Amino acid sequence: MKVHKCFRILGWDFTITPTRFVLTGLVALMVVAVVLRLLTGFQYVTNLTDETPWGMWIAFDVMCGVALAGGGYSTALLVSILRYKEFHVVARGALLTSLLGYILVMAGLFLDIGQWFNFWRPFVSWGYTSVLFEVFWCISIYTTVLSIEFFEIITERVLRKKLHRYIVKILPVLVVIGLIFPVMHQSSLGGLFLIMKERMFPLWWSEFLPLYFLLSSFFIGSAMVTIETTLAKTAYGHEIPHNIMLKLTRIGAGMMFVYLLLKLYDLFEKHEWNYVFQGTLQSNMYCVEMLFGILIPLVIIVSPLSKKKGGLLTYAVLTVLGVILNRLNCVFTSMYESGSYFPGIGEIIVSVGLISLGVLIYCFLVENFNIIGDERAVQVKIDKDKDIKNLIWTLLRTKRR
Amino acid sequence: MAVLVDITKCIGCEGCTVACKRYNNLNFKAKPRNVKEDGNVELDDNRWTVIQEFHGEKNDKLRFVKKQCLHCKEPACASACFSKAIQKDEKTGAVVYYPDLCVGCRYCLVACPYSIPKYQWNEQFPQVSKCQMCSERVSKGDAPACVSACTTGALTSGDRDELLKKAHEIIRSDSRYINQVYGEHEVGGAEWLYISDVPFEDLGFKEVTNVPVTSYTKSYLSKVPGLAACWALFLSGIAFYNYRVDKNRNQIQDPHDNDDQDKEG
Repeated sequence: MKVHKCFRILGWDFTITPTRFVLTGLVALMVVAVVLRLLTGFQYVTNLTDETPWGMWIAFDVMCGVALAGGGYSTALLVSILRYKEFHVVARGALLTSLLGYILVMAGLFLDIGQWFNFWRPFVSWGYTSVLFEVFWCISIYTTVLSIEFFEIITERVLRKKLHRYIVKILPVLVVIGLIFPVMHQSSLGGLFLIMKERMFPLWWSEFLPLYFLLSSFFIGSAMVTIETTLAKTAYGHEIPHNIMLKLTRIGAGMMFVYLLLKLYDLFEKHEWNYVFQGTLQSNMYCVEMLFGILIPLVIIVSPLSKKKGGLLTYAVLTVLGVILNRLNCVFTSMYESGSYFPGIGEIIVSVGLISLGVLIYCFLVENFNIIGDERAVQVKIDKDKDIKNLIWTLLRTKRR
Repeated sequence: MAVLVDITKCIGCEGCTVACKRYNNLNFKAKPRNVKEDGNVELDDNRWTVIQEFHGEKNDKLRFVKKQCLHCKEPACASACFSKAIQKDEKTGAVVYYPDLCVGCRYCLVACPYSIPKYQWNEQFPQVSKCQMCSERVSKGDAPACVSACTTGALTSGDRDELLKKAHEIIRSDSRYINQVYGEHEVGGAEWLYISDVPFEDLGFKEVTNVPVTSYTKSYLSKVPGLAACWALFLSGIAFYNYRVDKNRNQIQDPHDNDDQDKEG
């Protein structure tokens, strides 16, 4: 049982593991692709065409990225407003994941726009009739608010005397602002598709789309927090009591049930059952999405399986994959002919690179600031002998400030 | 300004497409980027208008259809643009693109119910490309370049109401015409109107509803400010309540307790 090699450069901890070498390599590859993309346009890096103008960067990096970052606002809502104090242990981790998620989303969006030097235009030239306008403003404001909220954690170590108390003072206001905007743009992300009524497959288009996106961002949020804490447990040996995680996911599952009811109402009201059982690619994808992303997770969460860690993790993984599939379906399956688009190698390199970058930044921040369970984490080598691991972990557990 | 296309009169001479390329300085040498399964060339960044060939349902009638932006009355592309790079010119009715304002998000490409706007995929800093209805010519009182170039009278430009009246007169006077003016009501109506003797679905026209797609976003966005305000009020109300409860509790526990000490733990 050993702790990984850790270098201290200028007072900061840099842990070196083989995985992080690989991740750094992927980030380097991404940088090459990004430079090529920004200098040459879309032709060499992407597979986008006039038929398929939105590709992997929008459907996966932006749509899924924003949804996955929903953990930040849903946890903040439960902890700060509705006063579920027991969830406080996951709040900082969720905040960090959200912030990273949004920064990566902005990076993905920046790469996806053609005239990237013009990215600031909507701040000046207000296209207020567009839902994208609302999304753009909300994401910009929310990322700023998230950064300031996270700055509270940063200033616990850096500039503590100068800035920390001011940020603590404005924090309650920030928390409220930081809950208005994510709710607005999570729903508006669904609202983006309202205008595509004539192009989308009827099973996905609905006037409830904004509500669907909002609800699903909420339940994917708690599922993502579950996955994140499980990963943090294997890497950092920090454990969060199972009953807290179960309670958190149950709240998410409640939202999922509301989502299912709405979807069913939609099907009955618009008489769309014949589309569900058409046997075409679209209807099969819809069935897969609803069965594995909604129905099975709901069964797991009400069954005794949820009392076991594996069961809860299965619920979380299925939920996350289900929502990702939903977003991809909304863009690809419902609008493009099958097989007309597959992401190019450059698009995949950039997406993978962005995620790797996120993981690396997460690890660095978690090891240098009090985030997981309000203390600095130390990565331990994975060991099957759990008792020894826990023993070492308690030895390592020091509240450094 | 509106244009009426009488499909029965078009002989497919491509005069209009050449006029379009010359007036808008498009590249004559560019190879077609989008070719459909039936062999017809689709619009692309160097083809703002194309002529497509159809043979009718029973393969007995040869018809040519000019395709370009329909310049909707309620343009989805203009409504979708978040930086106002596409605007509907109130005077001419043309839906015009302003490249300087464009960010390049391609929401207009996805929003258009007819998939008209195209993108310069090979450019370093690509722009959207679509028919501008020669807005400079039209604002001076001229007809669009393609209409001026038409030799057979298949294209006529003029006031929309008058053209609609004329279209219905033609349909009434000749029983071979289909009793429909494509573009009169489609997704809220368009400046370009089509009449034909072959059903429109056999000529590659998309069957759409008469409801403008912009109405869905409009009704959604009109609800957003109110809902957001309610949500903000609700949140700040609860936040204030929590704050007072905490304050009271602290006073009961220890009147001299410093708030900051709580945070230290």
